Amino acid sequence: MLCCICKEKEATVHLTQIAGDKMQKVDLCEECAKTKGVNDPTGFSLADLLLGLGASQEIEQAGGGAGLKCPACGFTQADFKKAGRLGCPVCYQTFAEPLEGLLKTMHKGTRHVGKVPASLRQGRDLSDRLTHLQKKLAKAIEEEDFEEAAILRDEIKQTTARAANTTAT
Amino acid sequence: MDLNGFLIPPAESARRKGPHDRIVMSSRVRLARNLKDAAFPGWAKKAERIRVLEIIQPAIENLPEMKDAFSGTMDRLSTLDKQILVERHLISREHAAKSAGSGLVLNRDEALCFMINEEDHLRMQALCPGLQLRRAWGTMDAADSVLEKKLTYAFSPDLGYLTACPTNLGTGIRVSAMLHLPGLVLAEQINPIIQSVNKLGLAVRGLYGEGTEALGNVFQVSNQMTLGETEIAIVERLEKVLAQIIEHEENARASLLEKKPKMVYNHIGRAYGILANSHSISSKETMNLLSLMRLGVDMGLFPGVDRSLVDELFILTQPAHLQRQHSEKLSAEDRDLIRADMVRERLRPVGRPVTRPPAEPGGGLDKSAM
Repeated sequence: MLCCICKEKEATVHLTQIAGDKMQKVDLCEECAKTKGVNDPTGFSLADLLLGLGASQEIEQAGGGAGLKCPACGFTQADFKKAGRLGCPVCYQTFAEPLEGLLKTMHKGTRHVGKVPASLRQGRDLSDRLTHLQKKLAKAIEEEDFEEAAILRDEIKQTTARAANTTAT
Repeated sequence: MDLNGFLIPPAESARRKGPHDRIVMSSRVRLARNLKDAAFPGWAKKAERIRVLEIIQPAIENLPEMKDAFSGTMDRLSTLDKQILVERHLISREHAAKSAGSGLVLNRDEALCFMINEEDHLRMQALCPGLQLRRAWGTMDAADSVLEKKLTYAFSPDLGYLTACPTNLGTGIRVSAMLHLPGLVLAEQINPIIQSVNKLGLAVRGLYGEGTEALGNVFQVSNQMTLGETEIAIVERLEKVLAQIIEHEENARASLLEKKPKMVYNHIGRAYGILANSHSISSKETMNLLSLMRLGVDMGLFPGVDRSLVDELFILTQPAHLQRQHSEKLSAEDRDLIRADMVRERLRPVGRPVTRPPAEPGGGLDKSAM
């Protein structure tokens, strides 16, 4: 089969695209494929297979099509689209935006509610305690109960210090 | 350490008992975990994978429940060893393809299995006979809680345990049960059941997991969503659905015996006939016919025959297990001959199936298991 652009060389890159109910086939030689910007000659996005149809499109569109790259491991948006998997734990921050929509369709919720490692559980308890104290403080101020507010302020100070300690270790 | 010497003989593992084991062959809970400061195995360079392996492997070996465990790297296992592990459902096909930089730790009774550097740094599973999802989760949870003290997991307060594939994010849990559903298949009710299970957000897969066919009427049901739901909620959801599938399967068996006894006897009788008399038989055909024999045993059509005989043959007739018993390399044709010889021999003491008048109540259904 000859390349459908230069009509000279043997076509080695075969692309099939299905949009709506239309199927399009393009056969290109390697050179034309490169010049036409088909930078992914394997042509097949594993993301669609692993994460559900349309996933690769979603990955591409999010982040304004900007070429995100993970600062920790060098994984790119194109790698993500191709592999359907991420490079390292930091990638979850790097690709937070393209992931957001995906996680929504894939899972029951977008926030973890299950097991938390014991070492982090303490930190989480402290931050919950802090939110609780701050609410009480706001209420005390509103009610002009300044004695109570002073006690709460000290308690918040202590809790903040403890929380800082646990995250530091 | 020699893997062959380590693994439990099939005759023994086929005799393991658990609740509802005439339908639920096994229960499994798998957790995916990763180390904080390392690239996931699919993206990490070999040196980094080896570094991760050398951190995780000793941590697992030191767990109290891993005393006398088998521990090795994948490059030191032969292709045959890996295939045997796949046939026993101890490792995934993906892990069997791994070599240097990946590892395996398996405990003495094969109930706990840790795959290092599969898709994630650590994939660990607890396996129990019959329907025991809670027990499997309890075992896995306990081991994980010990490990987290030695390993710094990649964890985000918002997203939970971070995994290579976003489909496992959050709890990183996959809860699954392996079900033998010949009644629903014969009654042609299996497809609507699969569809409604899918609608509940659960996956139904074949015998060897993702992308495999349901050989021998064996199906795996598991959760798909891992984020936004607690582990125990997932276990409970699966338990509910499994209870219903068990009920449907029991009903299908009872109603087949009542309404179409000839059809049932015909299937089971032919399965016995072929298994007991063939001289060449493929692995696939063997599985499908053994499934019908297993149904026959459950229905009381083979008096005096224990289900473990069939379950042992399920394991022994698979390609790698057959190959293991022979020093020379067997071709697929050789295996078909040897497999037929083995099955004929093992079924020699088994008489042909009895038939019962369809009026007899219960049809030999085992009520005690319910």
